[in-house]
Amino acid sequence: MPRLPQTPSQTVGPYFAYGLTSQQYGYPFPSLNDGMMIDDSIEGERITIRGRVFDGLEESIPDAMIELWQADARGQYLQTGLGRQLLFGRQGTGSLESREFVFQTIKPGSSAGQAPVIHVSVFMRGQLSHSYTRIYFAEEVALNSRDEVLLSVPPERRSTLLVGRSVIHGMPVYHFDIHMQGEKETVFFDV
Amino acid sequence: MSHSSGRDWTVHPPFLYPDYKSTVYRAPSKPLIPLKHRLGELSGPVYGEEVVRLHDNDLTKNAAVNGEPLGQRIIVAGRVTDELGRPIPLTLIEIWQANAAGRYLHKTDQHPAPLDPNFFGGGRCLTDEEGYYKFYTIKPGAYPWGNHANAWRPNHIHFSLFGRNISNRLVTQMYFPGDPLLDFDPVFKSVPEAARHLLISRFNMDFTEEAFALGYEFNIVLRATPFE
Ligand SMILES: [Fe+2]
Repeated sequence: MPRLPQTPSQTVGPYFAYGLTSQQYGYPFPSLNDGMMIDDSIEGERITIRGRVFDGLEESIPDAMIELWQADARGQYLQTGLGRQLLFGRQGTGSLESREFVFQTIKPGSSAGQAPVIHVSVFMRGQLSHSYTRIYFAEEVALNSRDEVLLSVPPERRSTLLVGRSVIHGMPVYHFDIHMQGEKETVFFDV
Repeated sequence: MSHSSGRDWTVHPPFLYPDYKSTVYRAPSKPLIPLKHRLGELSGPVYGEEVVRLHDNDLTKNAAVNGEPLGQRIIVAGRVTDELGRPIPLTLIEIWQANAAGRYLHKTDQHPAPLDPNFFGGGRCLTDEEGYYKFYTIKPGAYPWGNHANAWRPNHIHFSLFGRNISNRLVTQMYFPGDPLLDFDPVFKSVPEAARHLLISRFNMDFTEEAFALGYEFNIVLRATPFE
């Protein structure tokens, strides 16, 4: 059977908020996912992930949309096909004055011996095809040092994927800023 | 047989397409790093059928306050498959669009065309067991934008799909046949020429509901999963 051509990508545009992140932006359409990626059924250490997206002029971008996907604390990806999807999150950068995305989740476990990781998809006006990157945890020194994906990244660029831990009001917080271009350009993968 | 497949850059638009001005400072400038998936990562969001409510796929009804939205009622339907023609069942499709006058409900849309009190412009559904989906909506209007002098977006509906796993993720736009604005639209023209027709829906008389709505067919092809 001949292969069918893939349907081309197009930009998410400037007006995705009421369709894809409606509750976060205060539109009257219930969202299936937002920044809260867990409920009481999910075990593991509660963490916050927040950050901003910067363009090539180092301006923070107010109309990007970030999606996170991750394993649970045992390193298992949870796909029940029941109800809403946990451990998946979606946030726009246009609802806070600070232009941050903010996710509440748990720290993922190691999966198949690899370093704990969070998958990140990045969409915005001005991106005709979306970008894909990954969050690694700086404190996972041993696992990071032998993670095959991290090792495939030139050493001088690995730091763009690493998040450091800080504790704010007793809650572990990780900052993950995404730089689309320039000196600090985040590593993006051809997924 | 192995059908490993990445994003086919002969059909997808490049990150940098200067005619679409916003790409200039938002396109990654360094080459992408190839990523080999391991099995554990070939996963992604999956939803249960109970998340879709009555009328979530009917934009003519899901925000009706005191009547029907203005505009040409249409059906947009089709099938979601992978590159091998295998249906992708029970995957979430989300759509959003302007109203018949070319105005989005979005707070920052300043186009001075009227909002429609009976139209929200967002909807979603899951594909069925055979990969088919169907929306009822109204035909969106064209709208101006600031990319260049006298710039207008052709009529379009935004689509978001998950597919089988995160490597299948697709956000795109569906266009309408015969739209004269397509020739002038850098977003549409960012797609390599030979692939542009893949984004244009087909008028399909068989999808039309007599005395009710016109039918447009839009089939969507997602990547086959790498290393299957
Ligand atoms: Fe649009």
